[in-house]
Amino acid sequence: MGVGLPLARVIDAQDVSARRARPQPNDRFVFVVGERKGRVISLEDLPPGGAPLTGYPMDVATGIVRDDSRLNQVLLVRLDPGVLDAQTRARAAEGIVAYSAVCTHTGCDAWDWQAASGTVKCPCHFSEFDLKAGARVLNGPAQRRLPSLPLKIADGAPVVAAGFVGRPGFESGGA
Amino acid sequence: MSVRTLALVAAALALLAPAMLGAQSAVSYTPVTEQRLLNPEPHNWLMYRGNYSGWGYSPLDQITPSNVRKLVPVWSYSTGVTEGHQAPPIVNDGVMFITTPQQQVMALRAKTGDLIWRYKKDLPEDLLQLHPTNRGVALWEDRVFVATVDAHLIALDAKTGKVIWDTTVDDYKNGYYFTLAPLVAKGKVMVGTSGGELGIRGYIAAFDARDGKQAWKTYTIPGPGEPGHDTWEGDAWKTGGVSVWLTAHYDPQLNLTFWGTGNAGPWPGDMHPGDNLYSSSVIALDADTGKIRGHHQYHWNDSWDWDEVSTPLLIDFPKNGRVVKGLVHPGRNGYLWRLERRADGIGFVDARPFVTQEVFTKIDPVTGRPTYDPERKPRNGAAVTFCPGLWGGKDWTPAGYNPKTNYLYIPANENLCSTLVGQAGAYEPGKLFLGIDRPKTTMSWRQGASHIGELQAWDMKTGQKVWTHKFPYQNWGPILTTGGGLVFLGGTNDRNFRAFDAKSGKVLWEFKTNSGVTGVPSSFAVDGVQYVAVQSGWGVDAQRMQARLDTFLGTKTEVPQGGVVWVFALRE
Repeated sequence: MGVGLPLARVIDAQDVSARRARPQPNDRFVFVVGERKGRVISLEDLPPGGAPLTGYPMDVATGIVRDDSRLNQVLLVRLDPGVLDAQTRARAAEGIVAYSAVCTHTGCDAWDWQAASGTVKCPCHFSEFDLKAGARVLNGPAQRRLPSLPLKIADGAPVVAAGFVGRPGFESGGA
Repeated sequence: MSVRTLALVAAALALLAPAMLGAQSAVSYTPVTEQRLLNPEPHNWLMYRGNYSGWGYSPLDQITPSNVRKLVPVWSYSTGVTEGHQAPPIVNDGVMFITTPQQQVMALRAKTGDLIWRYKKDLPEDLLQLHPTNRGVALWEDRVFVATVDAHLIALDAKTGKVIWDTTVDDYKNGYYFTLAPLVAKGKVMVGTSGGELGIRGYIAAFDARDGKQAWKTYTIPGPGEPGHDTWEGDAWKTGGVSVWLTAHYDPQLNLTFWGTGNAGPWPGDMHPGDNLYSSSVIALDADTGKIRGHHQYHWNDSWDWDEVSTPLLIDFPKNGRVVKGLVHPGRNGYLWRLERRADGIGFVDARPFVTQEVFTKIDPVTGRPTYDPERKPRNGAAVTFCPGLWGGKDWTPAGYNPKTNYLYIPANENLCSTLVGQAGAYEPGKLFLGIDRPKTTMSWRQGASHIGELQAWDMKTGQKVWTHKFPYQNWGPILTTGGGLVFLGGTNDRNFRAFDAKSGKVLWEFKTNSGVTGVPSSFAVDGVQYVAVQSGWGVDAQRMQARLDTFLGTKTEVPQGGVVWVFALRE
């Protein structure tokens, strides 16, 4: 007994809040699902012309993965920098763009990649977002673009440069 | 009167004044007893489909084929939210209750449209809403029950909207949620879970209406050791879906509740070999214990996303010289099923297609079990086209039955087909678990097709179709039919709400609302005036189908969103 237990509780609480916190500058990304789940996403995982990946941010200092909120899922894909609009290019790193992976319509997080157009479609209600242009809404019921996540490169991996531009998720209209 | 007495009177008046003000704004509310639920008064609409038999029928007869052209809106009310407004206006002695997407419940004065109270649930920010809708409340005594999109069951005070109890039924993060209006019978509130696209294991559960404590829970997929478990292989039963999307109907004589069940998941059947009980079935549950007393599986090893989500209507009909206590179900699989409800089980009577159906090659005349064309059964690694398509011949939109015409009214979709490419994937809690290559999923229509939507009338005496009204595009309209001899239906992308002659099928009246009408209509009376009420608010599957239609037709159809309650009456 004594000081040990309260201290342990404090650390747990910090872990919980770190797992729930939105992406922070210098966070890396780890795979959300599949055989590579939990592994760090490197530049090699994002070849030009490849399909988007979904990652959770990870605090590099503590190794804590921010996986306690679905809203922390990030969609990463490498596009030809020449096709990006100016603002999107400014937030990209080596052509890699990052957006909230949670649809702004009703919160789905599965995406159908349309390689030819550089867009993603949500299979739930068919909202379509243009990843070349700040993920603006092209089609479907979504009213709001996917929030961007500015990136930089460090040690051969995409890294968070600044927090989400805008609020991830959808407005549920709750009280 | 002494000064002291005056002072006392003044003090008494001061005390009374707020109470009197309160009395003016208070609502007189008639408790919804078990007797009233068993025999709803004609001027009320006390539950999802108006009665326990699920007819969608109001005996009111003031509005008729000869005067319905004088029907006009008398009030409307904006809900302030978008997406699928599917709940019926439920009315108890002049007080109307509606629910909306994003989990609002509103109580309104049914005659004037004045708001009495509004409840908004604080929904979790990370909620996923595959079906942003809610299908209505249930009433019991002075309480209102709502099952929520984040898997709670909540009891509200009918007079104030205050929460009486709030039971967390499940964890929304694992894909469990509710869309249905609860069923209340014998003091229990019963719900079934949605989530079949997210790898859930479906169930139906009952809660004590007084305190929200769980009374029983029955899985729609039997566990190890239970009858029917051997219709699944390996661990497929743990994530096999079999959701319950809609309110059960109830036979008080048999004390049985009848539930329609969803498809087995993921979609292609070879990913969950076996018959997969009790998927795509009707199951009869004892209202007191939740024990399964009978079942009929409409089709085994579903591979088409043909949820048999709708609940069969309790209709008695003649067959071979006797009256069958029936269960009648126009299925998503495109067949009209007639079954017999008995204390000891559910019997097969007959089945015939009500839309073009190219999957079943025959139906066993004794058991009703279909045989499939294997080339039309989606499977892993192949592209398979089938008609009717994913949304079937009729999706969730409830059919109606009018005891005066003895007709069953079916909101159908004809001529649509789907192509699925099976692609096995791993289960992840709370994520889509469909087993298909999604971008390769397409919709088409049959060669030579000239329309999609239909309203059909079937004579329950002869078992034959008597008329069909065709709509150019899809029909997502639930049915209301009335003692005045009318059928009311929205469901089309032109925003119209229509009245049909129940006998002939002729369109007699239409009104263009704010949005597309996919709400369940109801009818009620206050102070001797009959009203027809419906929510207009396009969304969910009607919108999804519109997107698919626009893709293959090369059109871009704008159906505006935003919910409004509309209430109509005859112009004086």
